[in-house]
Amino acid sequence: MRNKHIGLGLFSLLVYIFLLGPLLIISATSFEPGTVLKFPPSGFSLQWYQNIFKVELFPQTFKTSIVISLLGNLLALLLGVPAAYALSRFSFRGKDTLNAIFLSPVLIPGIVLGFTMLKYLIVVYHLPIYTGLLIGHTVIMLPFIIRVIGSSLSSFDFAIEEAALSLGAGPLRTFFKVVLPNIRSGIIAAVLIAFLESFNNVDISLFMTGPGISTLPIQMLTYVENYFDPTIAAISMLLMILTAVLMFVIERLMGLSYFTKR
Amino acid sequence: MKKTYLYWLLLPGLLFLAVFMIIPIVLTIGSTLFKEGSFTFAGYLQFFKDPYFLKILLTTLEVSVASTLLSVLLGFPVAYYISQKAPRRKGVLLALAIFPLLTSPVVRSFSWMVILGRKGLINNALIWLGIVDKPLEILYTPVAMMIGMLHLFLPMMIISLVGVLENIDSDLITAAQSLGASRVKAFRKVVFPLAMPGLIIGGILVFVGSLTAYTTPALLGGKQRVISTFLYQNAMTLNDWFSASVIATIMIAITFVVVGLMNKLSNKLNPKG
Repeated sequence: MRNKHIGLGLFSLLVYIFLLGPLLIISATSFEPGTVLKFPPSGFSLQWYQNIFKVELFPQTFKTSIVISLLGNLLALLLGVPAAYALSRFSFRGKDTLNAIFLSPVLIPGIVLGFTMLKYLIVVYHLPIYTGLLIGHTVIMLPFIIRVIGSSLSSFDFAIEEAALSLGAGPLRTFFKVVLPNIRSGIIAAVLIAFLESFNNVDISLFMTGPGISTLPIQMLTYVENYFDPTIAAISMLLMILTAVLMFVIERLMGLSYFTKR
Repeated sequence: MKKTYLYWLLLPGLLFLAVFMIIPIVLTIGSTLFKEGSFTFAGYLQFFKDPYFLKILLTTLEVSVASTLLSVLLGFPVAYYISQKAPRRKGVLLALAIFPLLTSPVVRSFSWMVILGRKGLINNALIWLGIVDKPLEILYTPVAMMIGMLHLFLPMMIISLVGVLENIDSDLITAAQSLGASRVKAFRKVVFPLAMPGLIIGGILVFVGSLTAYTTPALLGGKQRVISTFLYQNAMTLNDWFSASVIATIMIAITFVVVGLMNKLSNKLNPKG
């Protein structure tokens, strides 16, 4: 028994090296003083971190990414919270179908979503590119908002809500004063998960670029096609720090079981 | 009173999805069936007769099947190992598997360019060790794409499997063994069937993910096309929106067939379901 576990442990260690090693390597190369990406780095320097701010497009697309993710999140909350509430509060005919429709944006290949949105939102509906980008990101965030808040609501005791209603509080007041505070951590976790999903998105943003409009991941892709210096490694390092912080907060708010239970 | 509420709560989200997602997709699919005003399958026939497209489709399927199988081979033992750990260690190990999943795919694919390139880590090591004297061409091949996909989606397989494996009572395995089953047999007859739902969900996520991923093949595949990069090329470089729509429809069809088949398989294997 013992022996088997040592073998298994060793195997798992190797798999973890496969998963995390490349991320550690990219972090190390970001400190390279030379102009060519190398591992191990030939010294220590922060010049490529400074270079991020010298290439104007990086701060600019970072700002676009943040604004799109936050605004899209807000829209997805406005559309998603009422839907998640209705789907977990009431039982009615066609509920499963509706649930499937709300979760469907994760099932459609991202590149297909991006292309069809370009074709219709921009070309047929004549929406400005920035609006199209925002709508596209809202669509892909919606399933995450609904799923995480839905699972938060499924452990909420609706008897408390009934009590407030029967004591004379209006339905809106009850929702904001009774239901919402109880699922607060679920909502924050949903916002963070949706934020990462949108912030890292490539498939939609790829089709929604225009003069002065692009997101950070697309700018990174374009940069990699032309240069192979450590700037991208430096950005990667910063993005990983951001990811780690957000993940830590998500774990504090609702544990990691959301990820293992699908 | 209850009923009217319901509609007003669901309607905004449904309308939003209908206008901005469902209608564009349905009309895109519809547009592939009409050329010069008449109903035709010509778009599809032309594709499935084109050796270049068939080769792209084959590469895509090969890469996806390989990364799915490898993710099971690597993911199952790791998930089993994690599920046997005490809650604290389990949490840490899970967090380490989830972290790459939340990290930008651009970052993750880029890291493999550094490792697999002509002057990358692997080639430098091989030359230094004297195993080869010229750098191997790994980057920009289907193998590089497969490695990138495996790296991208292996965590999904691991966490889907941990989700089911941690619910298996270890007494069941002990019971099977005390009733005379060998360790291998206990595993095959007890653990494996109970892990099946996680395996199928993980399989769907990895296979469909690899089939439709864009960033990894775009960075690691070089001139090697897969179906998603081919769609992008048709839509944005060649400006051939009819072909792009046909490819989009084929991608949706493959996705739904795979998900449908896997669900059917899961219902068949799970007598309770």
